[in-house]
Amino acid sequence: MKALRPLHRFGSPKYFYETSLWLSKWTAGASVVLFLAGLYGGLIFAPPDYQQGDSFRIIYIHVPAAWMAQFVYVFMALCAAISLIWRVKIADVLTRSSAPIGASFAFITLVTGSIWGKPTWGAWWVWDARLTSVLILFFLYLGYIALQSAFEDRRVAARAGAILVLVGVVNIPIIKYSVEWWNTLHQGPSVTKLDAPSIHIDMLIPLLLMALAFKTFYLTALLIRARSELLEFECNTMWVKRIIEQRNTP
Amino acid sequence: MAEYINVFTVMLLRDLKLAFRNKAELLNPLVFFVMVIILFPLALGANEGLLRQLIPGLIWVTALLSACLSLDNLFRSDFADGSIEQLILSRYPLTLLVAAKVSAHWLGFGLPLILLAGLTGALLALPGPTVAALSLTLLFGTPVLSLIGAITVALTTGLGGGMLLSLLTLPLSMPVLIFSMLAVKNATLGQPIAAELYFLAGILMLAITLAPLTAAAALRIRLS
Repeated sequence: MKALRPLHRFGSPKYFYETSLWLSKWTAGASVVLFLAGLYGGLIFAPPDYQQGDSFRIIYIHVPAAWMAQFVYVFMALCAAISLIWRVKIADVLTRSSAPIGASFAFITLVTGSIWGKPTWGAWWVWDARLTSVLILFFLYLGYIALQSAFEDRRVAARAGAILVLVGVVNIPIIKYSVEWWNTLHQGPSVTKLDAPSIHIDMLIPLLLMALAFKTFYLTALLIRARSELLEFECNTMWVKRIIEQRNTP
Repeated sequence: MAEYINVFTVMLLRDLKLAFRNKAELLNPLVFFVMVIILFPLALGANEGLLRQLIPGLIWVTALLSACLSLDNLFRSDFADGSIEQLILSRYPLTLLVAAKVSAHWLGFGLPLILLAGLTGALLALPGPTVAALSLTLLFGTPVLSLIGAITVALTTGLGGGMLLSLLTLPLSMPVLIFSMLAVKNATLGQPIAAELYFLAGILMLAITLAPLTAAAALRIRLS
């Protein structure tokens, strides 16, 4: 149990608040640096694609956003399980604050995907399996957000939301396979660039940098959202009152 | 074990009796289903070839929507008169009681819906194999809708009305719709549909095992 000690401390709202204050500064800094490096690498350094020319460069936004859209949902499911099993308040807060960010990632994936689809496939939208499953993922996020806003009591909202996220995460593989079976015709190599070993190292490195940039950006946004959620959640406790007093005294 | 079966039956019969006493609530989703189906020929024109292609999908989508409408009532009266607290406090597992309630819902909604879908399919001149496949997929699919719906209904009863329920239920029921439509398409082309039916049966088994547990947990959270 001793090894879990720091983890337990992280579960205390006050400790979380104070740690996240300096942690989010570091992740924000890392995110800015990684974004600059990744964007420079992706937009200037990487050679144009032999087939798609410069239009492929949207991959540097599209693919990291798609990865994050899935990652955030799995992260939410993990937090939901922790919240249901151990009733850790921080897990509730993290699930709740993740949802809008994950929904935004899914939305960015869909928008950049359709912008990319226009020059390469000749259509803004095709009923391809991957597009459809990201769209359904987006709806799952929206459902969670709608459920959260329907409750007045935050504790109940968090636990009910946790159940919904877990049901969703069981459903995601089924959804993924069902839509793939439903329409596999459009599975072109243009989407699965990274699965194929053919991607050039000069293109791959900026992509990985961008993936890290998105991840650190997510961490930063998550910590900032979680802090304000936490202040609302805990508004009746001493430590929150003390923080607000400190802010109000000039 | 025998005691549990007994409790299950008692609960099932209670819910069926309640449903049959309130016939309007039982019939409304089914009338809605038939009415919407009849709207499609009016909207799309009486072009038989076109209808034959579209109607199976439209029947399934309408079944999804009317399932959402009828599910809204699953726990409503129990929440209103406090019997849900009694169920939670009873010494029998809530999962079992929820399973009985879901079965009663399926008997009152899913089963008649399958018969009606077959009837409307025949009314709209669907070929025999298509109607058969449609009925089979509904046979596997409607219990899944009742089971998934039990979870979302447990989460949303008394909140935001039926709209929120549909928003949560529809994305979760998309796989059922997809496999069912694949089966119907294959049947229309004269191809075997066993694979899709196996998938539907697999989803049904997963739902039977997990959904009552989850719905019971959701009810506990709502009333904590």
